[in-house]
Amino acid sequence: MRRHAPAVALVAAAFAWPGAQAQTGTADGIAQYRALLADGNPAELWEAKGELLWKQKRGPKNVSLEGCDLGQGAGVVKGAFVELPRYFADTKRVQDLESRLLNCMEAQQGFNAAEIAATPFGRGEQLNLEALVAYVSAASRGMKFRLPQARSEERQMFEAGKRIFYFRAGPYDFSCASCHGEAGKRIRLQELPDLTRNPGDGVGYAAWPAYRLSSGELWGMQRRLNDCYRQQRFPFPGYASDATIALATFMGVQSQGSVSIAPSIKR
Amino acid sequence: MSDPMRIRAQVQGSGAVVRVLMSHEMETGLRKDAAGKTIPAWHITEIVAALNGQTVMTAQWGTAIAKNPFTQFTLKSAKAGDKISISWVDNRGDKRTDEAVVA
Amino acid sequence: MQTRREMMTRSAAVTLMLGAAGVLPAQTQSAWNKGAFEGKSIDDVIKGLGLAKPVESKDITFTAPDIAENGAVVPIAASTTLPGVKRIAFLVEKNPTTLAGVFEFSDAVETSVATRIKMAQTSNVLAVAILGDGKVLYAQKEVKVTLGGCGG
Repeated sequence: MRRHAPAVALVAAAFAWPGAQAQTGTADGIAQYRALLADGNPAELWEAKGELLWKQKRGPKNVSLEGCDLGQGAGVVKGAFVELPRYFADTKRVQDLESRLLNCMEAQQGFNAAEIAATPFGRGEQLNLEALVAYVSAASRGMKFRLPQARSEERQMFEAGKRIFYFRAGPYDFSCASCHGEAGKRIRLQELPDLTRNPGDGVGYAAWPAYRLSSGELWGMQRRLNDCYRQQRFPFPGYASDATIALATFMGVQSQGSVSIAPSIKR
Repeated sequence: MSDPMRIRAQVQGSGAVVRVLMSHEMETGLRKDAAGKTIPAWHITEIVAALNGQTVMTAQWGTAIAKNPFTQFTLKSAKAGDKISISWVDNRGDKRTDEAVVA
Repeated sequence: MQTRREMMTRSAAVTLMLGAAGVLPAQTQSAWNKGAFEGKSIDDVIKGLGLAKPVESKDITFTAPDIAENGAVVPIAASTTLPGVKRIAFLVEKNPTTLAGVFEFSDAVETSVATRIKMAQTSNVLAVAILGDGKVLYAQKEVKVTLGGCGG
């Protein structure tokens, strides 16, 4: 065995160096691809639609969403996104953007929130929710995340989210941390952000919602989490459930101070 | 009823750069749905771009233009206040025109 | 003597130019070129568009990424300062149908356009510049299409 070691080392070295070079070239190539797409994000179509929906009288009660409180006061959209999830006194819950919008759509406009939650992504009222999510998040573009953690309910959600993040389950024994628990991880050509800390402005938590080029659809955080669960071969989480809000709280607090670029553009 | 396009026309030198985002499925006709049925082709076939009512650029598109297409072109001579209109027609005969003002 | 093909090309070109100048009402602009758009190879498309054989040219600036993270959306752009270029066509050699689109320029616009195409797989992509006098030039680039992440 020892006789072969130097030969093996040489062969390994021969493969390592060209591999490392190819990797840099690939990373540059992907950076170039993303740069060429930087202008003209189709998410703008959702943002424009969302603005119309926010102001339009809709639902059985024929009311607009301009009375909806996203945390900054009724009707205030700017700055709301970067402080979510947060505790809301009227519902006595920590809520993210989607669950808060569902609240307002039901309480103020008369929609059936359970029905909307059960609607598949990209269809019916879910499409409208996606547009609203794009509009609301766009209003905080360039602002830094500053999720409140003053209340015990908010801190509890953070702790629950942390445990969920590290919880291994499913047929592959994956947890969120399997892919997102360390810096420098990759699946094929996709770099995986470390979500246990601030991975940088506009990265990880700060990049969602996003327009996904692969499906040509706007994904909110709820859909992003749903798809993570699918990839881990977990059962799907309930739409806007406490588990998803807890996860978002954990990731949001960990990336506190990072700049939101949502809605961004992703492959 | 299709969603509105986003048209941005910005003065650049003596001309203007026009950027258009269109909302369209641009279905290739090669995909199958969950039941195994082919989803029929549905795509923009023609584009007409006009400046103050005069056509300045046209295009014919096939199924290989991306979904929610983005197009950019440059007017040689334009000033703030000039009117841009972009029209599309698709293979179902649907059409749409949106306008914007050069800023 | 003009061949029938030359005559057809010329009349098609004239029709297109008149259409582009806004002289023709929109409905009579040349109909969507089904033959060209159904072409399954570069040759098919060149024939379908009634063009002479293209010659490679460094006077066409063709921008495309080396690698596309997702073949569904590939940003490309072509421009040229050569005088007399009336149309630019984008071809993706290995797509099920090769022709992605044809842009026609009046004198009011720069001969320059950016768009986004779909690519089924790694392939040569061509920007073909068609001049008013019938000359056809092209620039090409290979764009690698990858499937990243968990395949979605």
